[in-house]
Amino acid sequence: MNKPLRRVAIFCGLLVLALLVRVNWVQYVKADELSKDPNNRRVLIDRYAHKRGDIIVQGKAITGSKESKSGDFKFQRTYKDGPMWAPVTGFTSQRMGSNQIESIEDGILTGTDDRLFFDRTLSMFTGDKKQGGHVVTTLNADAQRAAFKGLGSRKGAVAAIDPKTGAILALASTPSYDPSLVAGNTDKDVENWQKYEKDPDKPTVNRALRETYPPGSTFKVVTAAAALEHGLYDDIDGKTSTPLPWKLPLSTKNLENEGNLPCEDATLRVALKVSCNTVFGKVGADLGNDKMLETAEKFGFNKQQFVPVRSNASVFSKDMDKAQTALSSIGQFNTAATPLQMAMVASAIANDGSLMKPYMIDRLTDPNLDLLEKTSPEEMSRPLSADNAQKLQEMMETVVKEGTGTRAQIAGATVGGKTGTAQHGVDNSEKPYAWFISYAKTDQGSPVAVAVVVEDDDANREDISGGGFAAPIAKDVMKAVLDSK
Amino acid sequence: MSVVTNTTTIGAIEAPSRRNTELAMLAFAVIIPVFAYANVGLAKDGSLPAGMLGYGVGLSLLAGVAHLMVRKFAPYADPLMLPLATLLNGLGLVLIWRLDLEPSITTAAVGGAMAPKQMMWSAVGVALFLCVLLFLKDHRVLQRYTYISMVVALVLLILPMFFPGVNGAKIWITIPGLGSLQPGEFAKIIIAIFFAGYLMVKRDALALASRRFMGMYLPRGRDLGPILAIWALSLMILVFETDLGTSLLFFGLFVIMLYVATERTSWVVFGLTLSAAGAVGVASFASHVQSRVDNWLNPLALKDGGVTETAQAVYAFGSGGLFGSGLGQGYSRLIGGIAPKSDYILATVGEELGLTGLMAIILLYGLLIERGVRTALAARDPFGKLLAIGLSGAFALQVFVVAGGVTGVIPLTGMTMPFLAQGGSSVIANWALIAILLRISDTARRPAPAPAPSPDVEMTQVVRP
Repeated sequence: MNKPLRRVAIFCGLLVLALLVRVNWVQYVKADELSKDPNNRRVLIDRYAHKRGDIIVQGKAITGSKESKSGDFKFQRTYKDGPMWAPVTGFTSQRMGSNQIESIEDGILTGTDDRLFFDRTLSMFTGDKKQGGHVVTTLNADAQRAAFKGLGSRKGAVAAIDPKTGAILALASTPSYDPSLVAGNTDKDVENWQKYEKDPDKPTVNRALRETYPPGSTFKVVTAAAALEHGLYDDIDGKTSTPLPWKLPLSTKNLENEGNLPCEDATLRVALKVSCNTVFGKVGADLGNDKMLETAEKFGFNKQQFVPVRSNASVFSKDMDKAQTALSSIGQFNTAATPLQMAMVASAIANDGSLMKPYMIDRLTDPNLDLLEKTSPEEMSRPLSADNAQKLQEMMETVVKEGTGTRAQIAGATVGGKTGTAQHGVDNSEKPYAWFISYAKTDQGSPVAVAVVVEDDDANREDISGGGFAAPIAKDVMKAVLDSK
Repeated sequence: MSVVTNTTTIGAIEAPSRRNTELAMLAFAVIIPVFAYANVGLAKDGSLPAGMLGYGVGLSLLAGVAHLMVRKFAPYADPLMLPLATLLNGLGLVLIWRLDLEPSITTAAVGGAMAPKQMMWSAVGVALFLCVLLFLKDHRVLQRYTYISMVVALVLLILPMFFPGVNGAKIWITIPGLGSLQPGEFAKIIIAIFFAGYLMVKRDALALASRRFMGMYLPRGRDLGPILAIWALSLMILVFETDLGTSLLFFGLFVIMLYVATERTSWVVFGLTLSAAGAVGVASFASHVQSRVDNWLNPLALKDGGVTETAQAVYAFGSGGLFGSGLGQGYSRLIGGIAPKSDYILATVGEELGLTGLMAIILLYGLLIERGVRTALAARDPFGKLLAIGLSGAFALQVFVVAGGVTGVIPLTGMTMPFLAQGGSSVIANWALIAILLRISDTARRPAPAPAPSPDVEMTQVVRP
């Protein structure tokens, strides 16, 4: 009977072999795929099993971790000054996922990123708990606070950039939400989230990056740049050939100015100071759609920015006729811009024509704050020559010195700016948006350019509202940056 | 003893008893689970668990008493089986205790903490092991009970039909005050005894009195009858008790023993054809079989919007990777209910000890099976050979059916991992199984009695095999 016995032995051996092959398949070959399966709750448990790395502003963490009271997840995220920093951090929630920096740099923050492989391997041997790396932002806490405080209970957004590098210094959006209240895994967190989502004021929208507004008169800066760049006018103090009233091309309608302004043949400087629609409308029409589009796109229009959080693309349309181009050139018709975009416009001018790519993550570090990756400033484009940029600076400084933007003046610094009041809604039925873009300059160049938009302002309908409501906020933000230098 | 150095279990003359080898390995079999126990405590609370001393002493006591009894009553028995069984049982206890520490699956609804009960059942199992060694002086005695065994096995198999099913399978009987028993586990041993006895008598008839048909030797009807009856019975168990595992086990067991007894390959072909036909037939109308097959083919598919137990087990294996998360640091609780302690205990092994640990466990089982098959090879009497191969074959099939089901080689069937999984009947029955195998191996390796001193020794030549 021994021959069949040996065969049975071989059969049993094959059974064991089949098991061994199978477990190798499941645990070795498929392990990676399985451990990333979104239905695998371990992915989530592991994510919250240890303290998440922090998002850091000027050496101080604006996030934290606390132990969850119940459930599978050990730690949950906390936020310091949550509503103020929400447009920067985004949120990470045990129930609702995550977004913005929390989502984009999730690998670093949770510690699963390949760049942290060495740390993970090391902690495997030392027995330390796995830790996440940190994200160090470029933001300036004082500037952010000034922006958030300045907006107060009004709806609006602020974006501030360091023109020399493109580093984002402030990114505020109001009304905001507190990511701490949605970070957990309880029904209360879900309720809070739903409340935020249902709120008609849209507190979870990052207005500084994701909302495009008609930029109103602030766009005249771009039009002025186009006029200089394409050689339509060379001298900012030379008369332009602008009749008053000026009839829109191919139309019977006149383009109106806001009030009785000295716009007839006004110089570019004066036209910007008092915000002449006629002058800049005609510049747009004279240049034509292609040239206007070229300049606008060099400033970053029609393109999403990744800072690394994505911003919506600002809009300057193609294929417009002369009248539409004229209207678009004074920031009406189809033109729409994010606060970030308008801050970029101001920063390019302040930086003598060089537009730096905006970014808000300075560096990624390992758990011990040792550098993993640093963002190096990068030029995005040159929308205008240094000469023309300086001419525009003069014009914008005039606006603040004696024009519509006097409220942005800062003692000891040169400030250039432009106000804007963007009408919108059918027949301008809705309340306008108050805009202000500006930069501040010292002997060492310009450390800050800022764009402020206040929605739904209770202002009167005059152009001054941009100067009245948005300019003081911009001033506070710029002052905060200047003071921290 | 000094003349022949024979290291295999085969080898009739003056085989070394290897009892000291067994003792040394038993020491490992106790120390490893005790370390594992400490490991869980350290991972969970950062301190050595309070029950560690009791656990270590208990396990050493069980192993020590078993060893002494083997030394006394089965001195030539295989030295590996007892340590292997002790190690598996000990690791099983640690794993169950480790899962007991998860509050979400140790609820009153699923019976609370299981480790103390399992420890008690292990003690009962070892006691039964000792009884078998003590009272079963010679395994050939069992031949006398061939037909009684058949009746007992049938009764045991049919009993659960009168008790309510649990999770869709009617494989338990409930004894008030004692708890639930799985008669199938005991029936497995008893039916092996019946097959061994029956086949030993009928093997010549089955092997020789057959007609040639299409190149195969087919048996006569009267020899075929009992086989068809067993086949029908295993299908009936499957249908009425919805117990896939046991029916597969019995049928496979029967085919293996038949093949060994008759040495005819045609039986294997015949058996496989029958079981394939049966499986297809049953699968085509039994919905629970279909759902098992579905689960097997698409283990990660969501059901009712949720992740299934099968998927959770697969995730557990996947997350273990090469080295595992470490004992006490996995999330097999996600499988839910009592499943991680019984059906899916291997998932915990895979997750917390990793591929390395799981392969080690499978190899431990492989080794135990190999020692069983070796015992069958070494046995000198056909009944002992058949019984040994029957028991080790049943053990191998059970390990394959459970481990294969959990890891996804074959569809999942409800059976317990011998020694490792929570379950009183399983532990007791498997200790008895090991005891019988040890008894057979003891007989097989026992040196032939020295020839009686004869005054004519110089005239007669003694020829020894």
